[in-house]
Amino acid sequence: MGADQILQYLLSGITTGSVYAIVGIGFNIIYSSTGIINFAQGEFLMLGGMISVSLSHSMPLAAAIAAAVIMTGLIGVLLQRLFISWLKNPAVLRMIIITIGLSILVREASLHIWDEKVHALPFWTGSETSSLAVLGARISPQVLWVLGVSALMVGALTLFFRHTLTGKAMRACASNATAARLCGIRTSSLVTLSFFIAAAMGGLAGCVVSPLTQTQYDMGTSLAVKGFTCAVLGGLGNVTGAVAAGLLVGVLEAASISVLPLAYKDVVALAIMLCILFFRPEGLFGGRAAAPAGVR
Amino acid sequence: MARRIVFLICLVLGATVSAEPIRIGAIFAVTGPAANLGLPESRTLQMLVDEANSSGGILGRKIELIVKDSQGNTEKAVSFAKQLVEESQVLAIIGPTTSGESMALKGYADQNEQILISCAAAATIVNPVAKWVFKTPQMDSFAAQAIFTTMKKLGISRIGVVVSNTGFGQGGKAQLEKLAPQNGLTVAITEVYDSTATDLTAVLAKVKAQNVQAVVNWSVEPAQSLVPKNMKQMGFDVPLFQSHGFGNIAFVTAAGKAADGIIFPAGRLLVADVLPASHPQKQVLSAYKKAYETKFLEDVSTFGGHAYDAFLILTEGIRKAGGTDKFKVRDAIEGLKGVVGTAGVFNFSPEDHNGLTMDSFEMLTVKNGQFALYP
Repeated sequence: MGADQILQYLLSGITTGSVYAIVGIGFNIIYSSTGIINFAQGEFLMLGGMISVSLSHSMPLAAAIAAAVIMTGLIGVLLQRLFISWLKNPAVLRMIIITIGLSILVREASLHIWDEKVHALPFWTGSETSSLAVLGARISPQVLWVLGVSALMVGALTLFFRHTLTGKAMRACASNATAARLCGIRTSSLVTLSFFIAAAMGGLAGCVVSPLTQTQYDMGTSLAVKGFTCAVLGGLGNVTGAVAAGLLVGVLEAASISVLPLAYKDVVALAIMLCILFFRPEGLFGGRAAAPAGVR
Repeated sequence: MARRIVFLICLVLGATVSAEPIRIGAIFAVTGPAANLGLPESRTLQMLVDEANSSGGILGRKIELIVKDSQGNTEKAVSFAKQLVEESQVLAIIGPTTSGESMALKGYADQNEQILISCAAAATIVNPVAKWVFKTPQMDSFAAQAIFTTMKKLGISRIGVVVSNTGFGQGGKAQLEKLAPQNGLTVAITEVYDSTATDLTAVLAKVKAQNVQAVVNWSVEPAQSLVPKNMKQMGFDVPLFQSHGFGNIAFVTAAGKAADGIIFPAGRLLVADVLPASHPQKQVLSAYKKAYETKFLEDVSTFGGHAYDAFLILTEGIRKAGGTDKFKVRDAIEGLKGVVGTAGVFNFSPEDHNGLTMDSFEMLTVKNGQFALYP
């Protein structure tokens, strides 16, 4: 196998991996501020993609994406307000069932609002046929957009959670809601905010990956499974960890494709995840302190 | 006048002898990964049933259509089939949409003496022949042969094959691998990918490394739009052939510019406008295309055509049998000759439950985002 070919596999792995990572980030935002694992996260990507595709027919691409991100964020707020906010101390299992229910609701609603067809947002730069040469291998320029946007999201979120008062309050609220309330933090509005951020980021992710992966009403589930895998692998609540895990899974999948028949790629990725969970249950990069009180 | 009298007689007969409607079941993948096939099928069938009912029904009896959405899922298709047969007691089942589902129902239909007219492609659905199972789309073996004939003209001898992990993909893989040696072609590599895949660059890199002169992709899922995009993006510049599963313009739209130059076999429905008026299918194709596009405001696809043909064959069978005795209707369908449908001219026989020939395919290509005849 030549060097350029190895690079081609590596780049392909990074492309798929960055899509996984970007979904994993969404799981982490809600988890690190509420302790909820939101299985409707994949649907936010689908909504972002679908809304921006619809809007892109009547406005410039950038405006359509901005509008789609805000609308998806607001849908996240709506779902949280309608279905989650009135629950007092919900059990983890109950929350999982509720979010799975929400994902089905959003999916079926989208099937009726849009249709069953595959849609794709135009490429941000260039077109379907543009190709960039990177040291002998070739990739779509959109891959760079995906990588750039994920990097930006990670940077912004890390700054937000570590260095702003609101971000710190959100972490406090996840760590111990009662204590946070006693300190004068309005926990309910912080939970809503975390849903807004997670949904908006999901929406943005949906826009950036749409030219590559295409958008269909039922794309959310398979994305959510892979994204969740990465979130667990990287350590729940750890945004940087999710990105590293996403890229790792993507590259491992590509490596497995290069030597084994394609059908084994999920086996390889999941086997590695199982090993890590056996030997390092808190994830590759998760410290014990990062886990919220409820699940420690 | 004579027609009116016949109509009146039918009405009277209908009212007295057989007021019972004719019940027909349909199993389509209206949603799910094969929805680009199932939805046009379901819409077409409903449209045809409404038309037939508003013009007096078949043999003076109304048609009652029950459509079930299998989501392309084999288990669901089987349980819906049982429901349709045991609870709704339908005369015949039209569908399922996909080859995997159809194969799962083949044995069931035969054991229970239930007419099944599949809208899926795999040759194995009717080969070996099952007494009660028919199908309307062209065989995948014809599609593979049509592709190879074109390849030979282009001087291609070494190819790579990628297929999705569905019944349709596996069927195509089997036919391609079987027919390639007979055509003097070498299949250098065959890879099976997941039908919900969102990026196929890695697998295409593996194919590229085999120095192939062309790639064949065999699937009915959105992956049909991913393969051309990924190939162009990684600078893999060899001709791409796709199966007859590419016959929905939505796939072209999703692949954008990357779709240009794809070569694939398809029924003539997609090029109905450019067919000469003398062509035997011209009238059927234009009429169906116009009716569908006016009613649903979307481009017609070959898949809706398969449902059109299934309904046509079933109703011709019922008319010929002069009633709804399932044994007589089955025998009548097996004896139908020269029925002009959207996929071609059907000539059934006890040995041939598809009734089409190689001639039912035309090689098409994509030019500026539109389907066009391949030169």
